[in-house]
Amino acid sequence: MNEALKRIVRVFFTYSVRTISLLLAVSAISFVLVNASPINPVQQYIIGFGTAVSPQQRAEIEDYWGVNEPPIERYFSWLSEVLHGNLGESALYRRPVAAVIGERFWNSLALMLCAWLLSGVIGFGLGCVMGMYQDRWADKIIKKCCYILSSVPTFWLGLVFLLVFSVWLKWFPIGFSAPIGVRGEDVTFGQRLYHLILPAFTLSLASFSNIALHTRQKLIDVFNSEYVLFARARGEGKWTILCRHGLRNILFPALTLQFASFAELFGGSVMAENVFSYPGLGSAVSAAGLNGDVPLLLGITLFSALFVSAGNMIANLLYGVINPQVRAFAEAGRNGGFV
Amino acid sequence: MKGQHRFINRRTKVVIWTVILAIVLIFVYMFGILIPDEAVAGSFLNAKLPPSWEHFFGTDALGRDLFMRTLKGLSVSMTVGIAASLIGAVIAVFVGIVAATGSQYADAFVNWIIDLVMSVPHTILIILISFAFGRGLKGLLIGIAATHWCSLARLIRGEVLQLRAEQYVAVSRKLGKSGGWVLMHHLLPHLVPQFFVGLILMFPHAILHEASISFLGFGLPPEQPAIGIILSESMRYLSTGMWWSAVLPGLVLVMIVLLVDRMGEYLRAIIDPYSAQQ
Repeated sequence: MNEALKRIVRVFFTYSVRTISLLLAVSAISFVLVNASPINPVQQYIIGFGTAVSPQQRAEIEDYWGVNEPPIERYFSWLSEVLHGNLGESALYRRPVAAVIGERFWNSLALMLCAWLLSGVIGFGLGCVMGMYQDRWADKIIKKCCYILSSVPTFWLGLVFLLVFSVWLKWFPIGFSAPIGVRGEDVTFGQRLYHLILPAFTLSLASFSNIALHTRQKLIDVFNSEYVLFARARGEGKWTILCRHGLRNILFPALTLQFASFAELFGGSVMAENVFSYPGLGSAVSAAGLNGDVPLLLGITLFSALFVSAGNMIANLLYGVINPQVRAFAEAGRNGGFV
Repeated sequence: MKGQHRFINRRTKVVIWTVILAIVLIFVYMFGILIPDEAVAGSFLNAKLPPSWEHFFGTDALGRDLFMRTLKGLSVSMTVGIAASLIGAVIAVFVGIVAATGSQYADAFVNWIIDLVMSVPHTILIILISFAFGRGLKGLLIGIAATHWCSLARLIRGEVLQLRAEQYVAVSRKLGKSGGWVLMHHLLPHLVPQFFVGLILMFPHAILHEASISFLGFGLPPEQPAIGIILSESMRYLSTGMWWSAVLPGLVLVMIVLLVDRMGEYLRAIIDPYSAQQ
């Protein structure tokens, strides 16, 4: 037990160092990219006022933003402010970036969590079905569907769902996370859920094929093994074999893969939120980019990197600590071997 | 063994299918390029028409023929896709070779860079890069190329590591050939098939990303016909019942992506030594 705990701490530590270095690099690169942009953030900030600004006021704003300082100095002062929790003020929403992210993250989290669970359950279930009925019609049909779905862009899937379920059938609302005209605090849980179903379903359909195909392959490997042959000889049925030998072997790799797919999940949620006008981080980041809201753009980029790193960290811990087959690999200080 | 009695064997069939797919794709591409600008010009007389024999995909709110616009947009997307995946594949080969033949530190550094690119969601990274270049074709191209080389680079790295362990490379070394000579004569020729298969399999991802980013408004300018832009325009008229402008262009995009994907798989089957003997 003590040994296991030590291993967890060690994997956690090595991976933390790596994650911190990656996050620092992400902050530097995104800062450089934003600086290279011909779009002037001060101008965009002033446009947001809606009134004319005298040259003196403009100079004051520029001074406050530190536009005239050298970029490296600006980067370090920005970084130290970020580390103190101050991400600056959003030009678009006229509020601190941290508050905007904090509020919108819960919306996004609800969406992503639902989609994540749904795609995990659907993908794993279909993967099991495909693996058990390998090369039969069920396998062939589902496999075809998986390949087709992985070629369908998320936003188009969302558009078609919106057209079919909202415009034609009128089962679901057109967009937003709550009914229009109802105050934020009056929205019931049921209403929120009702508005969440279609985006979450879209997002999960766009991402389950990966996990399904992975589970299928793993299950086929298990079914081709000698211990399953022996279990068959003992007279165990397909379902018994699945429960006794299959699930134990494929559940953790599938879970690991699911945790490692946070980047695709976040990217997909950007598209889904824009189609469904869902007020989450994804719609905020595209609005920030289009309106030249640099503090918000940088804040969300950093936050998304943090989110993805957290998922990768969990995947690595699962992969390296719980799975005995790769313990030795993890101890060598390498991070997980999955692509 | 069923295939032996047939007139054409499986390999020939796959080759024929690949050629047919390539011809179809080239035809679509050329057709889109050759469409004159007048064909996609709008006329308010026939705005918002549903699909008919005259306009296969109907017309949009400005009266532009959607079929022509979709095809023209498709060729623009394909140009972006080809350019971006070409750049991405070249980066991948370069980085993969550096990782596999360089020092241990170079390898670790390349792995770190790949982790770095993977640690930001691609959509957000492309938005950032596009923002840096002031939203346009250039930023879009660089963004897509910069995010799509990772998996191919890992593949190439593995391949080169395997090749370097081959005996003929060791013999070459013992005969006094330089590292550069070995690279040019033994490594690079073996990477050519990997390069092309990787390129073609990267292409569908590239056009899907292009469409997504254009849909968000970061890619091509709005007056350019592109699938993402047509679809983002169609969103505004979704509730008025203009289903054709949302469904049909997207369907064409999905079909092209599936065709290219299939072609890549076929090419891999032809080139890959494990299945080439069938």
